[in-house]
Amino acid sequence: MNTPSNLKYAKSDEWFDPASGKVGITDFAQSQLSDIVFVEILVDEGEDVTAGKPIASVESVKASAEIYAPASGKVAKVNKGVVEKPELINSDPFGEAWMIQIDGGVAGDLMDSAAYEKDSASRAH
Amino acid sequence: MTFIPTSPAETEAMLETVGVKSLDDLFDAVPKKHRFPKLNLPPALTEMEAAAHLSDMASSNENVRQDLVSFLGAGAYNHYVPSVVDHMLRRGEFYTAYTPYQPEISQGTLQAVFEFQSLMANLTGMDVSNASHYDGATATAEAVSLAYAQYRGKRKRIVMSPALHPQYRDVIDTYTQGMGVETVGDEETNLTLSPESLTSYIDENTMIVIVQYPDFLGRIFDYKKIIDEAHAKGALVCVVANPTALLMLKTPGDMGADIVVGEAQPFGIPIWYGGPYLGFFTTKKSYVHKMAGRLVGETMDVRGQRSYVLTLTAREQHIKRERATSNICTNQGLLALAASVYMSVLGKEGLSEVANLCYQKAHYAAKELSKLKGFKLFSSEPFFHEFTLQCPKPASEVNQYLLDHGILGGYDLGNDYPELKNHLLVAVTEMNSKEEIDALVEVLKEM
Amino acid sequence: MSTIIEPTIFELSSPGRRGVRMPASDVPLVDSLPQHLLRSELPLPEIAEVDVVRHYVKLSKLNYSVDEGFYPLGSCTMKYNPKINEDTCRYPGFLFTHPLQPIETVQGNLALMFELQEWLKEISGFAGVTLQPAAGAHGEYTGVLMMAAYHKLRGDTKRTKMLIPDAAHGTNPASVGMMGMQVVTIPSDSRGNVDLTELEKYCDDTVVGMMLTNPNTLGMFDENIEKVIEMVHKCGGLMYGDGANLNALLGIVRPGDLGFDVMHFNLHKTFSVPHGGGGPGCGPVGVSKTLLDFLPSPLVGIIEESEDDETAPFYGFVTPEHSIGRMKAFHGHFGGGMVRAYTYIAMHGPDGLKAISQYAVLNANYLQAKVRGHYKIPFDRICMHEFVAEGRFEGSDVRALDVSKRLMDYGFHPPTNYFPLIVPEALMIEPTETENKDTLDKFADALIKIAEEAKNQPELLHNAPSTTKFGRMDEVKAARELVLCCWLPENYEAMV
Repeated sequence: MNTPSNLKYAKSDEWFDPASGKVGITDFAQSQLSDIVFVEILVDEGEDVTAGKPIASVESVKASAEIYAPASGKVAKVNKGVVEKPELINSDPFGEAWMIQIDGGVAGDLMDSAAYEKDSASRAH
Repeated sequence: MTFIPTSPAETEAMLETVGVKSLDDLFDAVPKKHRFPKLNLPPALTEMEAAAHLSDMASSNENVRQDLVSFLGAGAYNHYVPSVVDHMLRRGEFYTAYTPYQPEISQGTLQAVFEFQSLMANLTGMDVSNASHYDGATATAEAVSLAYAQYRGKRKRIVMSPALHPQYRDVIDTYTQGMGVETVGDEETNLTLSPESLTSYIDENTMIVIVQYPDFLGRIFDYKKIIDEAHAKGALVCVVANPTALLMLKTPGDMGADIVVGEAQPFGIPIWYGGPYLGFFTTKKSYVHKMAGRLVGETMDVRGQRSYVLTLTAREQHIKRERATSNICTNQGLLALAASVYMSVLGKEGLSEVANLCYQKAHYAAKELSKLKGFKLFSSEPFFHEFTLQCPKPASEVNQYLLDHGILGGYDLGNDYPELKNHLLVAVTEMNSKEEIDALVEVLKEM
Repeated sequence: MSTIIEPTIFELSSPGRRGVRMPASDVPLVDSLPQHLLRSELPLPEIAEVDVVRHYVKLSKLNYSVDEGFYPLGSCTMKYNPKINEDTCRYPGFLFTHPLQPIETVQGNLALMFELQEWLKEISGFAGVTLQPAAGAHGEYTGVLMMAAYHKLRGDTKRTKMLIPDAAHGTNPASVGMMGMQVVTIPSDSRGNVDLTELEKYCDDTVVGMMLTNPNTLGMFDENIEKVIEMVHKCGGLMYGDGANLNALLGIVRPGDLGFDVMHFNLHKTFSVPHGGGGPGCGPVGVSKTLLDFLPSPLVGIIEESEDDETAPFYGFVTPEHSIGRMKAFHGHFGGGMVRAYTYIAMHGPDGLKAISQYAVLNANYLQAKVRGHYKIPFDRICMHEFVAEGRFEGSDVRALDVSKRLMDYGFHPPTNYFPLIVPEALMIEPTETENKDTLDKFADALIKIAEEAKNQPELLHNAPSTTKFGRMDEVKAARELVLCCWLPENYEAMV
């Protein structure tokens, strides 16, 4: 399982890039959900988001998940690419499949990659 | 013990395997003071007795095939059902199967539903259809849920035509009680206004506009202008359509509708005192993820055979739970099959003949009735197989008089529109002969 | 290219073919509608009657059904659907009556509906019943609307939370979601009961009520049911019963007596209305005195009492004082639902109904006893009409899905998979009362054999089913490509 060390992680499996403000879901999360077929971003550009509040909804063939903001701030950009091609979340969760970009994001209660790896491993089955 | 196959000896052996002494010992977890209540119900009937009893009950009704001549429609229509339809429905392989969760052994139901979806999309001129809803009214309410979900609850206004079926409006009111939305447009009492007057209610807060086609009073309007106006404000438009009329009329898809729903009972389903019927729901592909209800999609099995599965199931309640658009679980599977067989066995030509007969006979009836003194058509708008007839006295009295002569006259519009208390909504289908229509005219002439 | 087992009805179409013809018009010809109101084409199939029949007969043979064999789908109560029901519901007096006919012309229908209301009240211990809801989920929504209306009428507006156990059907939270209420999930304890300590934490004056399936989806009758109901009532909440599992309780206990305020019935489960490949269902709702005035309108009532024992009363429709309104058009699933259920109850009487539940529970416990030791049973005590086993095995990568698919090779319909969510790799097994011991033995033998195969020949399970006409489906392809409809071929008109 890939967990880039430059990112911060939420217990609910979102990643946050403090450098760019981008937000997405982790490799672990996409593997648990399996084949993702639908993404809906629930916030618009310019809207304020609060850490812990839902920002997107993801549906796979077998499951559905709510995605929460790992940081608070103003939504600078919404990634239309991932809405059009939800399978990007399976193929490139930390790259092309970012969901929103938060301006001046203040991170919530997040973990570093080592802590997240440990946490997610304990939940794997 | 009517349908229980287990013998007393087998019962004993099974109890022993379970490790209890008697059947009653299986229920120790049930609070003792409420255990094994004495039910005050009539004693069991044998099959022969039950058949006779039910037959008596059924015969005490006056039905529209043997006892009464009917011109009653208003959302439920008396049509001919080809014999093939019920023969197919009576196949236990169809009616004793469950929702096709295991596609390897449910391809019959799955392909039949896929074909139903295809037939309805072709009929309405839309991209996709779901596997069906409880009835036309709840399908319309689900259109509201789609719009509500599409705008994530941010748009709160429903614009509804006053000429939408009154019971459908009631159901929408009930369904939306927890949504915090407002409904406007349907309180208009001047029913002679053109439907375009509805556009004044459409604003940036409007999630959906709902119109009926033909409308409840039977009138046919082209809704393109309203649809364009709604789209300009970002609202969706739902057209509630009669499927028999769609066999002849321009499709709502052609007018640009976002959602087309309706009651498919006219397609092979008996009037059955109001149910079960068949709500259909078709929409544009872009709304498919917000559409409630089961959906069948084409795929392939591991052996390379074309096959069908329930798809996009993660939208539904059993996975999405409280975040689902709707709680709907069942569809009207068997009746969707009825509609499919009906459409298939009549086919393009047979269906056109049905539509044309309805149209011709209704227009003959309208022409003859409006010649009568004191009677005239409420509207000069085009109509299909149902029209509003203005009578010289209250519709309730006219109906009573007709009933005394063995005729179900039509729907008393005064029930829902006090200003139309002298108006009857008259439906004529291929089931009504010229003789019956002439009899109706004759009886009213004497009234 | 994929192989086509049976073409679609559109592929079977050929220009100019005819099925059933309609008679010529017997009225003088009138002009057609103006061209701009007419559709430009009607792209529907053209097929001969015999080919329509063969198409649907072939499709029917691709289905597994109760008429063919054992269908132990948990929480779905796939019992035998008596054939007599198929006749009674088609008697012309039922089939050809219009829902808006004057009530004096349909007293037979209204009598049937009234008696069915009364019978369901008696069976469940409730004070009132509406027959209007179309299905279980529809009944649930009806119940949730009534609960909300009850609190609202009392001005008790801060109640927004619905307590729902973790083992609940998905329709429960979805019904609550439609009302904009908040779902609070209550865990189950180690015996499969509602965890009382957890429940206590949430019982306050923000609670609308609780939605509880009892027996629950683990097949367990909650041993503290009276305590649970007392706690919910004490904080001012109402108690909703999900009647999906009523097949365990006929003549055993009445939910109304236990203190439930509202419950839906699934006539298509408990009372033998066939499932029809997904519907129509029929989901009447019963209520205690507390909610009587909130029932949807209209209900069937007696308008005029009978004068003597010989004559029938005069029935009509009534609207309760604080009715939540109408749940669907007309009166509910009369023909396909109520007439069949009425026939079924009439043929059972009090003792027959009790026997249904006794044998539904005996059959489930018998199967549970037979497979115990071969499958892990996480909540192992006397179950009600169904039980849940785990479809996973030490040292094997076989999953519940594989066990299910392998069962098809043995000629059985699989149990419900992956539900309830609180049991890993759940196999939820509900045999119903209409199966004999031989069938149960054969099914248990198959399950035991499969458990051995899971350890020794797991590929048999991974590759299953192999004896059915179709193998496993590519569900990802279906969801990604989204082919939801078919059309006539593009060159259709030229194909002759």
